[in-house]
Formats: sequence, C-alpha cells, structure tokens
Amino acid sequence: MNGDTTKKSIPYTVPIGPVHPALKEPVMFTFQMEGEVVKSVDFAPGNTHRGIEWMGMRRNPVQIVHLTDRICGICGIVHSLSFARAVEQITEIEVPPRADYIRTILHELERIQSHLLWAGVAAHELGFDSLLFLAWRVREQSMDLIENLTGNRVNYGIVQIGGVRRDISNDQIPLIKQGLAYYRGLLDQMKTVFLDDSTIRMRCRGHGLLSYRDAQLLCAIGPTARASGVAMDVRHDYPYCAYGDLDVHPVLPPQEFGGPHGDVYDRIIVRLLEIAQSINIIQQCLDNLPAGEILWEKKLPKLLLTLKKAQGEAIGRVEAPRGECMHYVRMDGNDAPVTWKVKASSYSNLMSWIPMLKGEQLADVPIIVASIDPCMSCTDRVSVIRDGGSPGYLTKEELTRLSIEKTRRIEKCH
Amino acid sequence: MVRLPMVPELLRQLFKTPATNAFPARYLPPSVTTFLHKVALGEAAISPPVLVPPRFRGKIAYDRESCIGCQLCLKVCPAHAIEFLPTTKRVRIYIAQCIFCSQCNDICPKDCLHMTPEFLLASENRFADSQIVE
Repeated sequence: MNGDTTKKSIPYTVPIGPVHPALKEPVMFTFQMEGEVVKSVDFAPGNTHRGIEWMGMRRNPVQIVHLTDRICGICGIVHSLSFARAVEQITEIEVPPRADYIRTILHELERIQSHLLWAGVAAHELGFDSLLFLAWRVREQSMDLIENLTGNRVNYGIVQIGGVRRDISNDQIPLIKQGLAYYRGLLDQMKTVFLDDSTIRMRCRGHGLLSYRDAQLLCAIGPTARASGVAMDVRHDYPYCAYGDLDVHPVLPPQEFGGPHGDVYDRIIVRLLEIAQSINIIQQCLDNLPAGEILWEKKLPKLLLTLKKAQGEAIGRVEAPRGECMHYVRMDGNDAPVTWKVKASSYSNLMSWIPMLKGEQLADVPIIVASIDPCMSCTDRVSVIRDGGSPGYLTKEELTRLSIEKTRRIEKCH
Repeated sequence: MVRLPMVPELLRQLFKTPATNAFPARYLPPSVTTFLHKVALGEAAISPPVLVPPRFRGKIAYDRESCIGCQLCLKVCPAHAIEFLPTTKRVRIYIAQCIFCSQCNDICPKDCLHMTPEFLLASENRFADSQIVE
C-alpha cells in the first residue's frame, strides 16, 4: 500500500504560475518532476488577453498605429512599423527614403534598449542583481536618446502610415553619435562582465539546450533561433525600410566560443553581439541619411481619405528584438480594417521552452524561461471563456471549424 | 580559475554618486501627498524631476478661441478622449483617457491643440478640473 502511493507520486507535479514571483508575466507552467529534475513540462499562455485587435477593428489605421505602440511596452516601434508596412502595401503608399532611414535608426535604438533590458532581466534571474542594475543604468542612455528623438520614452508614436511623424534635426545627429560612442566604449565592458564571469558561465553554459533541428522544427525565431545556429533574420532575408542598402547579416554565436551550442550562454552572446551590430547599423544610417520629405502625405485628412478607399490584404514583417513580428491587415473600403491579426515574436518562441526545460533542474527554470525573452501580453491573442466563467480550451478540430467560419465571414464582407 | 569581473566595477560604484534622480525627495516621505502639500506651502523643498526633452508630449493645451469645431481631432483620437459639445461647437478633452500621441495636434487645421511639458498629472478623480481640458 505504502509503496503504491510512492509510485503514484513520482513524477510529482509542480505548478508555477499563472502569477508567480519568478515569472515576469502571467503564464501557467506545470512541471512533472523527479527529484530536482524536470521530466516533462506543459505551459498554458492566455492569461493577459487584452482584446487589442478587437479595438483596432473599430478604428481607422491612423488611430490603430497608436494602439500598436501599446501592444508591447518594449518593442513599441516594431508593432507600429509592422502594421504601417502592411497598410502601406495595401494602399501602395511609397515611404520617402529619409523616413525609411529614420525608421531604421529608431528600430535599432529600440533593439539596443531591449537587449540591454533583457541582459538585466537575465542577470536578475541568475540572482546577480548588481549586474541587473548596471545593465539598466547603461540602458538609460538609449532611452534618453529615444525620448529626445520621439518625444516619449516608451510609447514613441513616431510611425505614421507613409513615413514618420518627426524628423531628425541636425542638432540631434551629434546626440545620436554621442550615444553610439558611449555604447561602443561600453561593449567590451559588457562582454567582460557577462561572458568572463565564472558564475554566469557555470549557470548558463550547457543549460536550456535547443538543438538546431528543434529550433527549425518548432519554428523558433530571432536570437533564440540564431543562438542555435539557424541563420535567419528578416532584416537580411526580406529587407524592409533601409536594410536593403545596409550591411546586415544574421548574428550567430562566433567560433571563438566553440560555435553554436544553442544554450542560454549562446543566447547572451548573440544578444550582446546584436547590440554591436545595431550600433554599426545606426552609424551606417547616419552616414547615408538622405535628405527630403519624411511623410508620403503631410495632410492627414487626405491620408485618411486614401486609407478609407483602400481594399486588399497584406502582411507586414519586421525583425523585432525577439524575432520576427507579423501583422496581417485586410481592408475593404471602410474606415476600419475588416481583419487585423498580430503575431508577436514570442508566439513562435514559446514552444522551444519544452525541449529547453527537459532534464534541467528546478532552479534553472527562471533563467531558461527568461532566455527566450518572452513577452506574454504581446503574444496573447485569444482567451476562451466557457459557461460558468472557467477558461476553456479549444481542440484542433474546433479551431479548424472556427477558422473556416471566419474565412467565410471575411469573404462575405469583401 | 574563478573570474568575477563585476567585483572591480562594484568597488568603483562605491565612490560614484547614484545615477537615480531622487524625486520628489531624497528619502521617501511618510506620505507623498502631505509632502507635496508642504512644498506648496513652502515648508519643504522638492528635489526637481529630470528635465523633459524638447518637444516632449505632456498634458494637452487647447486654444478655445481659435477652434472652429471641425471635429477632425475626434476622427484621429485613438483613445476617444475628445468629446464634441454641440451647443458651443467646441471640444472637451479628458486627460485621464488621453494617451499623449499628439495625433490631434497634427490634424488640427487651426493649430489650436498643443502638447505642454507638464507631466505630473496623477489624480484620484478622473473628472477633476485638472483632468479635463476645455
């Protein structure tokens, strides 16, 4: 009898979440443990659905651009850029070259601040809080620069359909150059404190492994995929904005560290190297910044009229700091789009948690979970509420049926 | 060999001034409201906030006289923070709802909407006088 109960309790279940001090955003993890070792893991996102697409489908694209800023608190420009690019493709609006360059500069500044933010969070998850404060202190420089260029620290509101809303003046260029010099001087120090540190190496090397094959099978994207050796980067594979003119290559973990292992340590390396790459890209942009207009149409009522007439569908793709971000927009000649679908970058990366966490110890869970830089509230696009108010789950068949119904519904509108 | 490159950096930090701006006071007062009240009376000194950059988007300012009531700002406001008052043909802006995108500033044909650098807008009542611009 006694033996039976022991048998039943191994592997025992450890739930973490939906709200837990170790997690930055709500997500429910269910671990099957054997001692300290994770045998298998399941997770359930969907706790921070905000219905932002629903709001968008009742507003015109000029309004939605400012909503997209608020999908993610960190990658603000990524979502608005992605949405604007989708709408620009539908309406065949051509963005002036200067606007493209300004978008690129801000996009890369955002990558710098996002990667530094992640570096701080990763240090915190390792229990290395002094490094968190160091990383976040140096991050302030990029935040101040963004604030100076756009008028706000977080919700930039810089992107407009057909261009950008604020020009970079000649007085601001020395400020950007100063910021770049600051980060260039800091990079070696950052690399030393993160990569030379014995504690970080012990905790991260060989933990949270994602093989090249798994990364491809699970459609991982961004730094998560690149750390596993998958050479993919939207900026290189499918250039947008000014990236076609610039020298951009996917950043892979370099040979000097023993090639791609696909572990947490490699993800740190990739992100730190991407900061260097972003500095380089902004420098290239400043060197080649073309003169000219920054908006396709300065008169907003005229732009609104063009957008109202728009018909068609398009996908806007952008390489966010966390990976590829996609916005699908379909317009049918009304003020508001018929469909607006957001695929945030974390959506593709969440599944890689499962092979990463298998076989790891419970204490390594926070850093492995954080290593893909998850953004739950950006990802959550649906919430199923069934009778009685309990959250429900949809099976594959139900989803297929709903999908077919939705396609029919859109076809009818068209 | 154990390498801890953060240790020298931490020792250096000991001799640096804090990077954080101590706003509104160097040490957290027992009650911020009482403290601000004292500041207003001139009994306590406030540690000033970090300066806002040029063209910062703070609380909206509305020039009622030059407004022509065209309602274009209502069309672009993402947060539906602007209300049109048909009797006076003027608008009312709810700061509690405003998301400070300044899109209405861009579309205004008479240039009667502006963003001010004012950013200390927190209030317990969303319909207080400070939260409504008209």
